[in-house]
Amino acid sequence: MQKIEAVNDFVVKFANINGSGSASANELLARAVLRMGVPVSPRNIFPSNIQGLPTWFEVRVTEHGYLGRRGGVDLMVAMNPQTWDQDVREIDPGGYLFFDNTKTIPRSRLRSDIHVLGMPLTEICNGTYSDPKQRQLFRNIIYLGALAGLLGVDAAEIEKLFGEQYKGKEKLLDLNVQALHLGLDYARENFKPIGLSVERRDKVGDRIFVDGNSAAALGCIYGGAMVCAWYPITPSSSVAEAFQRYAEKLRIDPASGARRYAMVQAEDELASIGMVIGAGWNGARAFTATSGPGVSLMTEFIGLAYFAEIPAVVINVQRGGPSTGMPTRTQQADLLACAYASHGDTRHIMLFPEDPYECFEMSADALDLAERLQTPVFVMTDLDIGMNQRLCRPFAWDDQRQYDRGKVMSREDLDAGSEFGRYLDVDGDGIPYRTYPGTHPTKGGYFTRGSTKNAYAVYSEAGADYTYNMQRLRRKFETAKDLLPLPVLTASRYPARFAAIFYGSTSPAMHEALDALAEQGIYLNALRIRAFPFQNEIADFIAAHSKVFVLEQNFDGQLCTLLINEAGVNPASLIPVLHYDGTPITARFITHEIAERVSRLNVRPLREDRVA
Amino acid sequence: MTYIAKPRLHHPTLAKNRVGYTRRDYEGKISTLCAGCGHDSISAAIIQACWELDVEPHRVAKLSGIGCSSKTPDYFLGNSHGFNTVHGRMPSVLTGAYMANRELIYLGVSGDGDSASIGLSQFAHVMRRGVNMTYIVENNGVYGLTKGQFSATADKGSKSKRGQVNNDTPIDLAMLALVMGATFVGRGFSGDKTQLVPLIRSAMAHQGAAVIDVVSPCIAFNNHSGSTKSYDYVREHNEAVNRLDFLPTREQITVEYEPGEVTDVRQHDGSIVRLRKLHAEYDPTDRIGAMSYIQEHAARGEVVTGLLYVDPDACDLHRQLNTVDEALNALGAAELCPGSAALARINASLR
Repeated sequence: MQKIEAVNDFVVKFANINGSGSASANELLARAVLRMGVPVSPRNIFPSNIQGLPTWFEVRVTEHGYLGRRGGVDLMVAMNPQTWDQDVREIDPGGYLFFDNTKTIPRSRLRSDIHVLGMPLTEICNGTYSDPKQRQLFRNIIYLGALAGLLGVDAAEIEKLFGEQYKGKEKLLDLNVQALHLGLDYARENFKPIGLSVERRDKVGDRIFVDGNSAAALGCIYGGAMVCAWYPITPSSSVAEAFQRYAEKLRIDPASGARRYAMVQAEDELASIGMVIGAGWNGARAFTATSGPGVSLMTEFIGLAYFAEIPAVVINVQRGGPSTGMPTRTQQADLLACAYASHGDTRHIMLFPEDPYECFEMSADALDLAERLQTPVFVMTDLDIGMNQRLCRPFAWDDQRQYDRGKVMSREDLDAGSEFGRYLDVDGDGIPYRTYPGTHPTKGGYFTRGSTKNAYAVYSEAGADYTYNMQRLRRKFETAKDLLPLPVLTASRYPARFAAIFYGSTSPAMHEALDALAEQGIYLNALRIRAFPFQNEIADFIAAHSKVFVLEQNFDGQLCTLLINEAGVNPASLIPVLHYDGTPITARFITHEIAERVSRLNVRPLREDRVA
Repeated sequence: MTYIAKPRLHHPTLAKNRVGYTRRDYEGKISTLCAGCGHDSISAAIIQACWELDVEPHRVAKLSGIGCSSKTPDYFLGNSHGFNTVHGRMPSVLTGAYMANRELIYLGVSGDGDSASIGLSQFAHVMRRGVNMTYIVENNGVYGLTKGQFSATADKGSKSKRGQVNNDTPIDLAMLALVMGATFVGRGFSGDKTQLVPLIRSAMAHQGAAVIDVVSPCIAFNNHSGSTKSYDYVREHNEAVNRLDFLPTREQITVEYEPGEVTDVRQHDGSIVRLRKLHAEYDPTDRIGAMSYIQEHAARGEVVTGLLYVDPDACDLHRQLNTVDEALNALGAAELCPGSAALARINASLR
């Protein structure tokens, strides 16, 4: 029988029942591999449920540093009878199945082309522990020990992790170490080495291991957010929770112990965005974190903020729609909803982070951009980045950096006789000047409304005033292009006719797919879009190629629509490649889809001298 | 509405308050509401109260939702920043504004459609949080701007101008505010300025969530017989529980009253609300007592007005959040940004 052989390059998938404590145990395996200097990329694929439903956890061990989802499973840890058949089916031929063989599994429910590794976990647990809770919890640790033994993961690293986790709880620490060794010993005595193994390397470097939601929250701390208002919604809740956690340490006045931030859990998303807009109107940097259904509720307010020109930052951790849709599944399906959120003619700034590093950077930048441009800014992350820990560059901050508070007139400016027209385009960039409430006894006060106003914020329903305002807002949107992060080009080794455009969490799988396609003789230039509105570089890039694959994690090709609508791109030059089942896009999917389309375009994959 | 603008020139004899402003400095643009609208009387009462309170006009932020009532902040305090927000969502915007800068005085103006229907949730939650504000509901029981539909405060059995009878149970916003934890609850009548001005003054001095439900007849759509929000009906059924004097901290108390006739309530900032009791048994510091009193009288078709409840030890949102004393919007990078050294430590903890 074929046997998958791989060192530091394989995928382990755990099939568990949620609420059983499995995710923390599985994460320990990932962390131990990381501590051995080998990059890993874990993904938690979980249900919208607290206890009892199927949940999966993938650990990709990847010496090459491919942090996207690969596709396929080399070793399945099948701990959930409910999903047994599906889990067994998913294993690549020649792969491995680790399972609890306390009860005999009929041959018909196994496969002949995989290697089975049975361990009487229930029997061992029942024999060791009398407390049912302990039987459950330590069962996870026992299989972790067995897997460490099978794969050559250094148990000492896991013990160190236990030590950090259970500092001061020595009894728990001992029990965990004991359980780990039960599994290790069993593996040593009963299993022969398998084809998969982990060997120490030094490939992690100074990178950090963090989830995107914590990173975005920290970005808001560094970016100077003073107010946070939010409403719990998966997968964004941990942004606000992390903000609170960091703020309690980093935003306390040392003299008084009082907080240099204000945070409210609102009654709904209508209120959370209302608070953010109220705070932004009043001169504070404010943000909220939400997901698609929240954005839907916020839409009326977002339109008001657009017209009234109030800074606001919305971190949208995207998930499957609609409201009760796939809350624990990842998608990039809110682009259109955010780009044009609200009735009336509105357009909004969007940023697309690729990983936690950019979640940090772009959240901090968004607070500057929102104030500079006096408008809502969306940070379009997703569940895949937001709720999974990812290896990424360490966060960086320049201590010389000043916050860009935008065009704000002070009492001194007003006293010096500067003309104040709240919606007047003084500088030709479409961005007007504003005053904070309470600035001056007689000058600079104004009444904020939507669009029934003139350039001096006086009530007006006159058509000319409305059109002046709309054209100025459009100029402002053009100005935004120069302030937003530029796209990042990954040039092909050889001149290429075809190209790919991608964004956000697709990035690591895309980079891996580009390597895989190059091995097949398919060379592509690739552009990662980082912001909307699109800069001219994007249209130029598309025009320079005969066909451009647009990789997206949604069904409608939402970025394609925006490119056609907003960048004047010829629709015939775009070929959408869409992944929309709610799981993160895989490198294998991208490679397969592009290779197939390239061959359908009647282009024979060529070797290096003549390339596609 | 009136088309004749008042001259900008002030008469030299106009009295100035302690901060150097005349009453006219608290005015705004000319009202565009119907002649005789109760809301204009409320605007006038706000102007009077602010002048008497000696607040600098620009230190007041005025926020409103959508509707006739929500248009009124344009008609007073012309040098203050105002914000005409989203229908029913003024409370959240006001909350955010207050979070950003605790140093201003916040005035929320809303109507019964805005607060009791579309914005019922935000009305309730802003009270729960103890946002330091004065929230005035200009309550006429009817949607004026959309021409005469019943609102959620219309009494059961009351008749619309076209003769329709309202079958739905009304929402009493003063009751709801009491239930939701507001620490100052009053009810006034736009036709009784002597009662309303001190109510507004006391509410603005109150350090917590203050709400005043002001019955304010709609001259165009809800001032007919069969309406329970008409001038005539409210005058006939008004049951004032007390009369207020508002005494700022610095004023000497000179007038002597008979014992039992007067109650002084000292607020958190030291100011005193002096109540002249009209109903001997009414205790405005008893939240539960106030609720049953209002309900008993409502069952008899009476509208209880006056200072219905005050908690002299009210706690506000910033105290609950333990935020720093200065306005958050005034903090700079030095106070807000933890810097690269702290970030290096965070990075180290993530390896």
